[in-house]
Amino acid sequence: MADFRMPSLGADMEHGKVVEWLVKPGDYIHKGDLVAAVDTDKTVMDIESFQEGVVAEFLVEIGDTVQVGTPIARITATPAELPPAQPPAPPLTSGSISGDARSLLAAKEATPAHPGAADGHPEPGAKVPPPVRHLAHTLGVDVGRLTGSGPGGEVTRDDVERAAAASVAEGARAGAPPGKVPAPEVPAAEQPAHKIAAAMPAADARRVRSSPLARRLAAELGVDLQGVAGTGPGGAVTEDDVLSSVPPKGPRTEKPAEAPPSEARPTAPARAAEPVPAPAPRQERAAAGGKAESLRQAVGALMSRSKKEIPHYYLSTTLDLAAAVAWMQAANQRRPVSSRLVPSALLLKATALAAKEVPDMNGFFIKGAFEPSGAVHLGVAVALRHGGLVAPALHDADTLSLDELMDQLRDLVSRARAGRLQRAEMADPTITVTNLGDLGVESVYGVIYPPQVAMVGFGKVLEQPWAHNGMLGIRHAAIATLSADHRVSDGLRGGRFLARIDELLQAPDKL
Amino acid sequence: MKTTYREAMRAALRDAMQRDERVFLMGEDVGRYGGSFAVSLGLLEEFGPERIRDTPLSESGFVGAGIGAALGGMRPVVEIMTVNFSLLALDQIINNAATLLHMSGGQFNVPIVIRMTTGAGRQLGAQHSHSLEGWYAHIPGLRILAPATLADARGMLWTALQDPDPVLIFEHGSLYNVAGELDDDAGAVEIDKAAVVRSGDGLTLITYGGTLPMVLEAAEQLAAEGIEADVIDLRTLRPLDEHTILDSVARTHRAVVVDEGWRSGSISAEIAARICEQAFFDLDAPVERVCSLEVPVPYAKHLEQAALPSVERVVAAARRAVGTNG
Repeated sequence: MADFRMPSLGADMEHGKVVEWLVKPGDYIHKGDLVAAVDTDKTVMDIESFQEGVVAEFLVEIGDTVQVGTPIARITATPAELPPAQPPAPPLTSGSISGDARSLLAAKEATPAHPGAADGHPEPGAKVPPPVRHLAHTLGVDVGRLTGSGPGGEVTRDDVERAAAASVAEGARAGAPPGKVPAPEVPAAEQPAHKIAAAMPAADARRVRSSPLARRLAAELGVDLQGVAGTGPGGAVTEDDVLSSVPPKGPRTEKPAEAPPSEARPTAPARAAEPVPAPAPRQERAAAGGKAESLRQAVGALMSRSKKEIPHYYLSTTLDLAAAVAWMQAANQRRPVSSRLVPSALLLKATALAAKEVPDMNGFFIKGAFEPSGAVHLGVAVALRHGGLVAPALHDADTLSLDELMDQLRDLVSRARAGRLQRAEMADPTITVTNLGDLGVESVYGVIYPPQVAMVGFGKVLEQPWAHNGMLGIRHAAIATLSADHRVSDGLRGGRFLARIDELLQAPDKL
Repeated sequence: MKTTYREAMRAALRDAMQRDERVFLMGEDVGRYGGSFAVSLGLLEEFGPERIRDTPLSESGFVGAGIGAALGGMRPVVEIMTVNFSLLALDQIINNAATLLHMSGGQFNVPIVIRMTTGAGRQLGAQHSHSLEGWYAHIPGLRILAPATLADARGMLWTALQDPDPVLIFEHGSLYNVAGELDDDAGAVEIDKAAVVRSGDGLTLITYGGTLPMVLEAAEQLAAEGIEADVIDLRTLRPLDEHTILDSVARTHRAVVVDEGWRSGSISAEIAARICEQAFFDLDAPVERVCSLEVPVPYAKHLEQAALPSVERVVAAARRAVGTNG
């Protein structure tokens, strides 16, 4: 059992809004599977799971905005790892209190939660490859009861995983109260709360400090702990507090059904029984128009922090792109239109290689110290249609071929604009490039994106009069700028970095 | 019959030697000197040097010899002066006595009884004062007894000798002089159950061995304040009789564990953990523990007393548990 928490999708992210669930309760998910789309102040991103298991329950609803770190869904372990359906038989019963609630509980526990887990022997003749049998054993699935969907009726991994997910879901259904409860809403709300409170104490923001006995009593008597004043250590609600809060009838004979309805408040777990909300329509993602303002605020806050904290210095140089453009044009002639290179790809690749060689530009300044990064994750500033910028990462850009880099760049830009970025892409960049050449800008001096330590800007690729070998000619050129963190490097290193980019571009076939 | 804990122990030894000729006692100074705590005084004259054997200063050697004798069909009672010295025989106790039944596939029982003194309070310095029975209670294959009363001092030895597996008896040094009434026909007692030595609904005080008299005194004071306590004498630290503990906690909803061992990793930690595991929803207050301060037991009297559990500390913990802490 684990909480799926709102991840941090960038150094500046404090909260996120769930805009879409990409899974539903009962789904079996692996590490890396996408779970939800989350709206930060900047963009909508898909977030992936770090656990394997079955989605048990959503803890927030679509549209809820929660702090980073808040549990947003519960992932249960596989059936094999679940606690047995019956909690350890209560070794002792304090007979004085147990009323209907307890017998209800007992009745509920008598229902086997996942019958399939009983014994793992496949029927003779059923074809189960050993790795699948092992998986079934790990997940607590009885392969003997599965109908194989593989060739020749062979049981496949999918079959086993589906069965595991189904048996967890079945276990969850078994938790619903039996039908003949006189006033169902009270136990329905309180009983699961009682059980779940033990499992995930930190999750409930409305948690009341109380002794375990008080909590059990409150559940049995249908008392809402919220309304009880605690007199125990640190204001904890104790047994006496609960008993004295029960209306006159005589505290110890109060039955759950007789509890005043006003005290039955629906609790979070009750929501699990409701139908799963349909995934938000696609427009909701696109309807980010109204968010331009919040994005502007977020960028503004981050940039003022950058300008306040980071002592920027700025350098600029004009890159001689004659060789690069000539090579690219020759290369593009042999290519179909769809896979042609653009100058940006060369500039990005050269920047990534230079960053690898001049590590003072590549990394993070955290807690007063520079932490160079071994890998180059090149942040690429992408203008969004509704305004604003995001700068997701091209991972390991220095190791990509130009074609791979082109592909990934196209993919990244289109996903950024569609709001389908992933967590790592937002959190990882080690150095960022902004390229305003498309817009006709000749040079751009960027503001460093904390906690990175450098920002490279490229302007428009222009044909320029250029003196070369004593002759004046027309050549392609662009202005490259560097904004770098003076706490980490100085103009000498920065200049070497820019010079290295220029050098690399003189041998485009080696990029 | 008016007697003392020491005399009750001696009576138990004498009784066992008379009943079963395979029983013999060995240890440092148990013969001519009469035992360093005078438990075996006079037994050498009565049973002779064959059955009351002085041993060299070599705990590993004579405990190992005892294990060999047990394997050979005898019923040895081995006395180690204090629990601190038993560490010299740790290899024999833990690697041999406790494991042989398991490692021989059930072929060899080791019916040895090892007695030793434990506990502080007599200004004997750190080397003679520690309470390490909780350590031994960690070891599967051993049964750990801690007689706290005259009846248990008189009765546990014979029961232990009937056990086909190793039994360690921890006698708290401060108990030997405790005097009281013991039935004339007192004899073997069962060693599977903890004893509820005082009853009340206010809270459960759990202890064993040398701290029992102090806990009873604390219970007396609490009763004067209107807090009636269940007092449980564990008697056996392994296997723990958790039913008695849990039954009591289910009634009182509060527990204070008193243990002369150090708090970290102690038997009291085990008991508190089991209460939390199995009676969580019966608790109305955190489980309290009163243990020795985590220092080697000091020699100086006032420091030694300050380091040990006391009536005041037990009463204070009990008040916190019931929520009447002023």
